Amino acid sequence: MRATIWGCRGSLATPGPETVRYGGNTSCVQVMLDDGTLIILDAGTGIRRLGMVSEVAEATTVHLLLTHLHLDHLEGLGFFFPLWVKGVEFHIWGPASPMKSLEQRIARYLSPPLFPVHIKDVPSTLTLHDAPDGEFEIGSARVLAQPVAHAGPAVGYRIMEGGRSLAYIPDHEPVRGMSLREIDPSWISGFSVAHGADVLLHDSQYSEAEYPDKVGWGHSSIAHVVEFAQVTGAGRLVLFHHDPLHTDEALEAHQLRARALWGSDVAAPVLAYEGMEIELRADAFSLSEQRA
Amino acid sequence: MSTTGQKDLVLILARELAAQIASPVFIVDALGTLIYYNEHAEQILGQRFEDAGELAAHEWGDRWNPRDLEHGRVPLEDLPLAIAVQKRRPAHRPLQITGLDGVERTIEVTAFPLFSRDDRFVGAIAIFWERHG
Repeated sequence: MRATIWGCRGSLATPGPETVRYGGNTSCVQVMLDDGTLIILDAGTGIRRLGMVSEVAEATTVHLLLTHLHLDHLEGLGFFFPLWVKGVEFHIWGPASPMKSLEQRIARYLSPPLFPVHIKDVPSTLTLHDAPDGEFEIGSARVLAQPVAHAGPAVGYRIMEGGRSLAYIPDHEPVRGMSLREIDPSWISGFSVAHGADVLLHDSQYSEAEYPDKVGWGHSSIAHVVEFAQVTGAGRLVLFHHDPLHTDEALEAHQLRARALWGSDVAAPVLAYEGMEIELRADAFSLSEQRA
Repeated sequence: MSTTGQKDLVLILARELAAQIASPVFIVDALGTLIYYNEHAEQILGQRFEDAGELAAHEWGDRWNPRDLEHGRVPLEDLPLAIAVQKRRPAHRPLQITGLDGVERTIEVTAFPLFSRDDRFVGAIAIFWERHG
């Protein structure tokens, strides 16, 4: 499979000269499976540009996997070209809720007065699925969905194909008030999603200094994400969901801190950026280098 | 327990709550197996959870010799936590127990079931208090 990051900003789209290296679009990751199946992780503002790429614009089937329904993961959906193409089979997966169906919850955004067209009136053929707590198949991949600790219903996804795995947990506060190293892995939110994954894209929203004022907001500090990646044995940590207040320089300082905590130059954590490509083949995997 | 061996997120969050609050808390999974009690519960039960480990319902149901206030034995199915698991409704009652430190205590127990969705029962939680005087 091949993954491309189209948005890795958290909370709010943040375009501007201070964010040009890592990007200002909110969460969206394209995953092309080996059999040509298109999976999209989240529908943040990054999905708009993705929808203009020919291999996506001409797709007849789209699988959109939403981790949760906060606006920064949903607000691009109405501007995604294939949604408006009659005949496109559009599957949307998202976390179940005890209160309302997935369609009802998405419709709170995709309907007037917040959006001019109601979700029921889009021309593509929509099928909405509650993400199961377990594995299911999409194309040539097995996908594991599992609820994770955030603010409200949220899931993490693990895509497995050809002996390789990509884990995606963009919004996650895996622990409050204790160390992950002190508890049995079965008690760690998101453990099964990330365990032994070749690549882990994970929430890294706050510095350690910022986190104490944000406890319970559903996000990780740099120290949390490094500890989570090490405890779960993830192969390569990609720092994702950058805070909108963090400039490129601030993010690079976070990367330095993450690498110091990692304690090794081997498979050191890297910052996600718009345009990053991740190749996961049976014999190897690679991450593209940041643009100069 | 999920299909992957990881505990359900609702149980993980319940344990996080239990680890932070000052009230004794006891958590079981959907089968009634004891999976966690907190430090405050350890003081009343007279045993560290790390020493007790996970216990099936028939084991924890007897371990602390639960009795009513007239000293009659209370069977497992009448304990609030077992009611929360079996009947999936809240339950409350006072009990006398004997901690594994040998101290007899009178406690009030409130238990309620935990659902991750309307139709998905994942376990139950009991909060209890020691009665003094």
